[in-house]
Amino acid sequence: MRPEPGARILLVIPGLAASCGEAGWQRYCRAMNDPYKTLGVSKTASADEIKKAYRKLAKQHHPDLNPGSAAAASKFKDISGAYDLLSDADKRGRFDRGEIDASGQERADSSFYRSHAGGPQGARYRANAGFDPSDLFADMFARAGQGGGGGGGFGFGRGGGDFQEFRMRGSDQSYTLTVDFIEAAKGAQKRLSFPDGRTLDVNVPAGTETRTVLRLRNQGQPGTGGGPAGDALIEVTVEPHPLFRREGNNVLVELPVTLTEALLGGKINVPTIDGPVSMTVPAGSNTGTRLRLRGRGVAPKGAAAGDQYITLKVMLPKEPDAALSDFIKTWPGREYDVRSA
Amino acid sequence: MGGMNRSLHYVAAEIGVTAEDISGWIERRWVLPARSGDKPAFDDADRARIRMILDFHRDLAIDDEAMPVVLDLVDRLHAARAQLRTLLEAVAGLPEPEQTVILRKVRGETEQ
Repeated sequence: MRPEPGARILLVIPGLAASCGEAGWQRYCRAMNDPYKTLGVSKTASADEIKKAYRKLAKQHHPDLNPGSAAAASKFKDISGAYDLLSDADKRGRFDRGEIDASGQERADSSFYRSHAGGPQGARYRANAGFDPSDLFADMFARAGQGGGGGGGFGFGRGGGDFQEFRMRGSDQSYTLTVDFIEAAKGAQKRLSFPDGRTLDVNVPAGTETRTVLRLRNQGQPGTGGGPAGDALIEVTVEPHPLFRREGNNVLVELPVTLTEALLGGKINVPTIDGPVSMTVPAGSNTGTRLRLRGRGVAPKGAAAGDQYITLKVMLPKEPDAALSDFIKTWPGREYDVRSA
Repeated sequence: MGGMNRSLHYVAAEIGVTAEDISGWIERRWVLPARSGDKPAFDDADRARIRMILDFHRDLAIDDEAMPVVLDLVDRLHAARAQLRTLLEAVAGLPEPEQTVILRKVRGETEQ
């Protein structure tokens, strides 16, 4: 780069770098160790070789061809500084003889067009490029759409002729849906009514748990310009059940039994999510005894069914029974230890 | 960014290019200075652009045939950057979940 008229070349004596500062203009002194190395030429390179090497590097690193790149700006400062020195036969000779150091004046960042191009002053040149914002979006996203799976997001479809119409996916909408325990366990069809009057049948799959979010494709806000609608996101709340609880796919139930059933065993009816099932209580069962009904739990699609676990709870008669009390008073085993570990 | 508007001869002397060169560039619409009366008035961006054209011409050996192509691409690049900035500002104004979705898309992460 040729020095601008009126610009001074600062010849810096090593150790006196502080003299680089000059009021009014922001100038920098950067020590370039070896301008030959910077340009990638030999000490014996001809003026023409130096010029060629400089042009090659400048094409790569000119800040106006690399807006936003600090690395390019810094690299360009180095190579233009090196070229300043080596392209001037007199200065090159003095450098080779060790009379001067490889530092020169540098252009302020603000003298590069890229510092202005993005601002209001640059707007007329951007407009001059015949550039409409929607052109940019159209171009950018049309390419993105071709490359990717087209899975939604922004998109631009081709309209008539060369005009590319703005096309955008609608936004997702969130809803909540409350289902009862049995519906969630066994699966159910629920009908949602939207504020706009639409209704939507929602398939609540078997085994749905509280806070599950069901995504209904394209049932959210409509898209613009022919873009796909967003999704409806439905967060499910499962109401608790008076008898049943769930642990994954297993259903837990606490079942009261009489003293007689516990002591002597017998057949009882047990509620399950599919209705009552007959089951045998073994003789000598107790409060806390855990029985299993295999395969009577929740059966989500494509997964093995869980089990139902029944925890027995032995109940005395509601009204004290005189005969039972009299028997216990005379029962030899009436004192037995239940509290020690 | 405003700065002072400068005359053709001031700018020619400041940058080290002839007034005729600059006038030719204005005719080709490579430089679009404002006008003060019937004279061009160059602001900071115009002057930086003249330096850029000079660099391209002298240091990068871009000739008059190739120059409009290069300038057009540079202008398109800045327009694209300006739009991207607008888009990012719009994204920054969104609630965080939406931002996250968009930024994930931009990074090429897939929807789970």
